[in-house]
Amino acid sequence: MARSYDAIVIGGGHNGLVHAAYLARAGLDVCVLEARPMVGGATVTEEIFPGFRYSVFSYVVSLMRPEIIRELDLPRHGLTILPLESTLTPLPDGDRLYRDGDHYRSWREIARFSVRDAEAYDDYGRSLFFMARAVKYLLDIVPPDPARLGPRDISGLIGLARHFLGLDPEQLHLLVKLMTMSAADFLDEWFETDVLKATLSASGIIGTFLGPRSPGTAYVLLHHYMGEIDGHFRAWGFARGGTGAVAEAIASAAREAGAEIRTDAPVARVLVRNGRVTGVALASGDEVYGKVVSSSLDPRRTFLDLVEEHELPGELLRAVRAFRFRGSSGKVNLALDAAPDFSCMPGHGPHLRGAVSISPSLDYLERAYDDAKYGDFSKEPYIDVVIPSAIDPGMAPPGKHVMSCFVQYAPYELREGNWDDRREAFGDTVVDTLARYIPNLKDIILHRQVLTPLDIERTTGLSQGNIFQGELSPSQLFFLRPAAGYAKYRTPVRGYYQCGSGTHPGGGIMGAPGKLAAGTVLADLGRGRRRRGR
Amino acid sequence: MLLETPFHRRTGALCHHRRWRNWSGYAAALSYEPSHEYEYYAVRSAAALFDISPLRKYEITGPDAAALVDRIVTRHAADCPEGRVLYSPWCDEAGKLIDDGTVQRLGADAFRITAADPSLRWFQDCALGMDARVRDVSLELAALALQGPTSRDILAGLVTGADIASVPYFGLAEGNVGSVPVTITRTGYTGDLGYEIWVRPEHALALWDALMEAGRGYGIAPAGLDALDVARIEAGLLLKEVDYVSAWTALIESRKSSPYEAGLGWAVQPRPGRDFVGGKALEGEAAQPSKWAFAGLEVDWPRIERRFASVGLPPLVAGRASREPVPIFAAGTQVGFVTSSTFSPILKKYIALATLQRDFARPGDRVDFELTVEFVRHEVPATVVKTPFFDPARKRN
Repeated sequence: MARSYDAIVIGGGHNGLVHAAYLARAGLDVCVLEARPMVGGATVTEEIFPGFRYSVFSYVVSLMRPEIIRELDLPRHGLTILPLESTLTPLPDGDRLYRDGDHYRSWREIARFSVRDAEAYDDYGRSLFFMARAVKYLLDIVPPDPARLGPRDISGLIGLARHFLGLDPEQLHLLVKLMTMSAADFLDEWFETDVLKATLSASGIIGTFLGPRSPGTAYVLLHHYMGEIDGHFRAWGFARGGTGAVAEAIASAAREAGAEIRTDAPVARVLVRNGRVTGVALASGDEVYGKVVSSSLDPRRTFLDLVEEHELPGELLRAVRAFRFRGSSGKVNLALDAAPDFSCMPGHGPHLRGAVSISPSLDYLERAYDDAKYGDFSKEPYIDVVIPSAIDPGMAPPGKHVMSCFVQYAPYELREGNWDDRREAFGDTVVDTLARYIPNLKDIILHRQVLTPLDIERTTGLSQGNIFQGELSPSQLFFLRPAAGYAKYRTPVRGYYQCGSGTHPGGGIMGAPGKLAAGTVLADLGRGRRRRGR
Repeated sequence: MLLETPFHRRTGALCHHRRWRNWSGYAAALSYEPSHEYEYYAVRSAAALFDISPLRKYEITGPDAAALVDRIVTRHAADCPEGRVLYSPWCDEAGKLIDDGTVQRLGADAFRITAADPSLRWFQDCALGMDARVRDVSLELAALALQGPTSRDILAGLVTGADIASVPYFGLAEGNVGSVPVTITRTGYTGDLGYEIWVRPEHALALWDALMEAGRGYGIAPAGLDALDVARIEAGLLLKEVDYVSAWTALIESRKSSPYEAGLGWAVQPRPGRDFVGGKALEGEAAQPSKWAFAGLEVDWPRIERRFASVGLPPLVAGRASREPVPIFAAGTQVGFVTSSTFSPILKKYIALATLQRDFARPGDRVDFELTVEFVRHEVPATVVKTPFFDPARKRN
């Protein structure tokens, strides 16, 4: 006889696992169903090439909510976040822009381009600190719905109004600019140095099918800025053991709380009877029953693939069909025989322990976007490189390295050909681009893994390979994520919930959707504490 | 004027930020980079290399060497077999702490003791009437600590003449690095897998270079005292003149501590017929415990964050370890004080070493930690916990 649970969680990515851990800690009998042989979803470490461990998809950590780390006691379950300290932007002429925690050195480095910018840089940092602090409030609340005013929506909106009206006018203006402007325009208000603007704007285009001059990208920039480590904003880090270690730690916490985690258990559809969820059917044909089913998959899978159309209202179906995924990025993972040698900073050095951004100018990024706009991958892409083995020696054999290259743009839909045919050409473009700055690169590559948006979709189930389960543009945020009226983790099917990055507050290894959704489930079951904004 | 250790030609070249502290008259790096964060994480996830040459070292030899060491330290040193090391404090006649360090048993009649401060006169005075010789070898031995999960792999690939993998926790081995003879002890001040390497000063640079080269693929990082301070608090290890005041430097009686009061009661090992300095007094204290006790504290971090957030600030105490004494209260009355505290980056907790009245020092007891935010004092709840706060299995395995 099929087993019955209090709650079934579809998808063992970091949000599904966080969700399961909170439900299990509240005393529910929980089962997580993960399609792949390992937990993690897009948060996995895999030894694709012997001895070399890739953070296959997501590769850095910052947004993970500190209270989740604390409440689930993830350090005890093995989570260690190592700091990522610097950003190097190599330039085609052999020059570079290098910034790290050494305040005065960074100042001098920017001042080589513009003294005014070096001084504005601190001011910019302070302003974004204020913005991140203002927006952080939103990360911890269920979005109230301004269109359907229940008593909780009203109290939520009052809380929201109080919070934002408490900002001083200058900060409020800045926030509105961030929500509406392009990253390039926003940065123009501070800086004149092209390479600085380009590198800062890159945070505004990651995971988004927009260029740095497209309106809306300023918000994405902020989204990448609100990461907090030990109470400090904009601290990015690297999980010891790769990002898979984040998922493993959460899974361990969930198991300790009593959750059962089944891998190799893809879900085919959600079982619904009389408008109420009863469980799920696995691809194997088995059925698993549950009073509650939560999907951590993206909105398209959650609503269009797993549930029969007739169970859902037309407005939701239309909204989800229109929800923009538009995968825009690929990933190239390299196993290296030696350390990469940058012509702009030769030899070993702390720059290997930070991020390397291939973003020499705004025009460069915008041109990269132009290629993608018309259906091709960028001939000269934006690349965000990290070398995890330089931070955590356990990622590769001694003296050897792994290099993670996040590449944009790689549009899901190609105008010519298909990704299966063009995968290696895409990989070549990435390596060729990098080799311009790393002369020894081609000689030290032992293995190359190229992941196109199609590969990301096939492996992780992320629609169109969008890393955030849907773009983080203002029209798809907060009470509009994933659809107006359905942003509070509930669905029209009773007992069926959403808990993935396609819900508020969105993507990145944050865990907030999983936790907030768990609060909603528990409240509906009468087991939760009252929380702000619900 | 600060002296340079035998490694200074290397450490000085690496310490770009000129962050030095006076350690027993020597220039010791606080951190090699502007922040010690990376060096701290090297201790916990790779390997960190510390220059610990300023430690004082004494060699005790002769037919009565074992008896002398046993008289000096509170632990039963006769239990320490050859090729082993033990940690012990030592006391004055009144049973008050003087100093603490490691005792290496090099042979049947040969020991080496490390101390934080000069101790030759004391050790020699203790030897009165015994056939044992005490020699200050501080200048004859330079030392490095290699600490962290990859330290064993680095040494295993580098050291000849000794099987590093089989050196147990608190074990000792003699071997060679290239042509340089070294003594390796599996000891340290970080609470992690780690070793201390003892070498003659003329070979110091060769040893440094060999370790840095061999360690490159294992994430080795030169590290300074700021990182060490965070790690040693996580390991619950005391620092002389910070967590306890030596009986020799205390100007008033109340500043002195017994091993029991400092959480080192486990290291007081009386045996029938054993006569060690301070033994009588400590016997009395064991029968009639002091009102003071050592305690580890976990301070409620969300409350600290909220205190700072209420004035719009990030939690400014996250950063380096603090040696500022902090009062501890229970129901509004002061019941003790914190001597060292730090945010633990690996545990994501704010932790502290404290001296508390015994009735408030049991694991699980709740007290209040004084926190100053923007010049205003607050109390933040804290819980007494067992130390070490961080105790990875690899330390012993």
